[in-house]
Amino acid sequence: MLLRVEDLYKRYGKEDVLKGVSFSLDKGETKVIIGPSGTGKSTLLRCINRLTEPDRGRIWLEDTEITSPKVNINRIRSQIGFVFQDFNLFTHLTALDNVRLGLIRVKGMSKKEATERAMAELARVGLADKARAYPAELSGGQQQRVSIARALAMDPKLILFDEPTSALDPELIGEVLAVMEGLARSGMTMLVVTHEMGFARTVADEIIFMERGVIVEQGPPEQLFRSPKHPRTAEFLRRITDLYGGEQ
Amino acid sequence: MSLVFSWDWLPRLSQGLLLTVQLTLLSMAFGGFLGLVLAVLRVYGRGPLYPAYLLASAYIHVFRGTPLLVQVMTFYYALPTVGVRFSPVVAGLLALTLNTAAYQAEYFRGAIQSVRIGQMQAALALGLSRLQAVRYVVLPQALRLVIPPWSNELIYMVKGSAVVYLIGVLELMGQAKNIAARTFRNFEVYIVVALFYLALILVLSLGLRWVERRMRVPGLGVSGRT
Repeated sequence: MLLRVEDLYKRYGKEDVLKGVSFSLDKGETKVIIGPSGTGKSTLLRCINRLTEPDRGRIWLEDTEITSPKVNINRIRSQIGFVFQDFNLFTHLTALDNVRLGLIRVKGMSKKEATERAMAELARVGLADKARAYPAELSGGQQQRVSIARALAMDPKLILFDEPTSALDPELIGEVLAVMEGLARSGMTMLVVTHEMGFARTVADEIIFMERGVIVEQGPPEQLFRSPKHPRTAEFLRRITDLYGGEQ
Repeated sequence: MSLVFSWDWLPRLSQGLLLTVQLTLLSMAFGGFLGLVLAVLRVYGRGPLYPAYLLASAYIHVFRGTPLLVQVMTFYYALPTVGVRFSPVVAGLLALTLNTAAYQAEYFRGAIQSVRIGQMQAALALGLSRLQAVRYVVLPQALRLVIPPWSNELIYMVKGSAVVYLIGVLELMGQAKNIAARTFRNFEVYIVVALFYLALILVLSLGLRWVERRMRVPGLGVSGRT
């Protein structure tokens, strides 16, 4: 098992956002988390690399307990890629420098080594020709692809995607999903929060349906989409299909 | 009334101008460094750094809350009574530095806080330590944002440095005062001095505009905000 989350709780003020979430992820697996807005999906992802501190529960990355107070969290984070909804590329750095920063400052690579690696990752997301461009000079889809390259360059054991296409114009969503699909096929371990049901259906090994801070149901896409066990899952899928359309 | 200017004033006024430039630039540089540390402590001073946060806040409050003139007098006239003695220039430079540090700290704090929170989160998510994230991601952006208010402070300090003539420092104002006292040409001397200040500030403003243009990130607005 690559990632194991056990009985995770998180409360913001008076609101319980996560109420005992447990699941696991095997190496090479892609799981997609779906569910209504405000049900704790993003909080769950942020707890996994402790950008948000969970109140209770434990998380393991392979044999290391991430939630242990003794753990070197910077080291753990360098092994977990994170792709944000609004990209969060470093605005003062070129695409190349965005990808190189972690390689040089975290992995201690030489500038030359880091440049080669960063260029390779930019090529992998189809943006080698944009290496010298600044984030504000790129489209949303290009920015998100650079941010995926930035995550990939660190050789992460797992990448967390927090609604990676939600901030994009509709015509730009496809290029980002295509990159993600390629990654999943190449054996990257991925945990993806998304409303893109087409992607969930075709790429996910398993789908997790979350609502109000708990996992309501999880299973392979076909099973979940065709014969959801829980009425709440069925209700959500019906609503989201009305909203976004079925097959994509 | 007839105006009488004299080229004989020029050497002394030039000396004064040079000292004004030195006092301003040195106090801005040292004060900038101290101000940056204070600002970072104000923004990130939580947990074990909390005492440092309190200290930084107290410092800023004291130095912004008392007149620069009082600070200058304190460093030159009051400290010797407890055994600390400085020459006029050192006392003046020290007071100017510590004073501008407090103001610059607040400008830096504002700039740091206007860098979007996602920038810090993305840096931490990559595995950078908090200090590295501040050093390589937040500050490079904040320092671009701070250029306009910082320019204001620089201009203020050019003029503010004039108060040290009161402890006998012969910067531009001090020289002017001496010449005026000797020649009784108050009107002419102070007009010339005012022109010196204006010219100095014009040069500094143009310099800063050039820096601002050079530091601009392609695709972003003038000061680095989208």
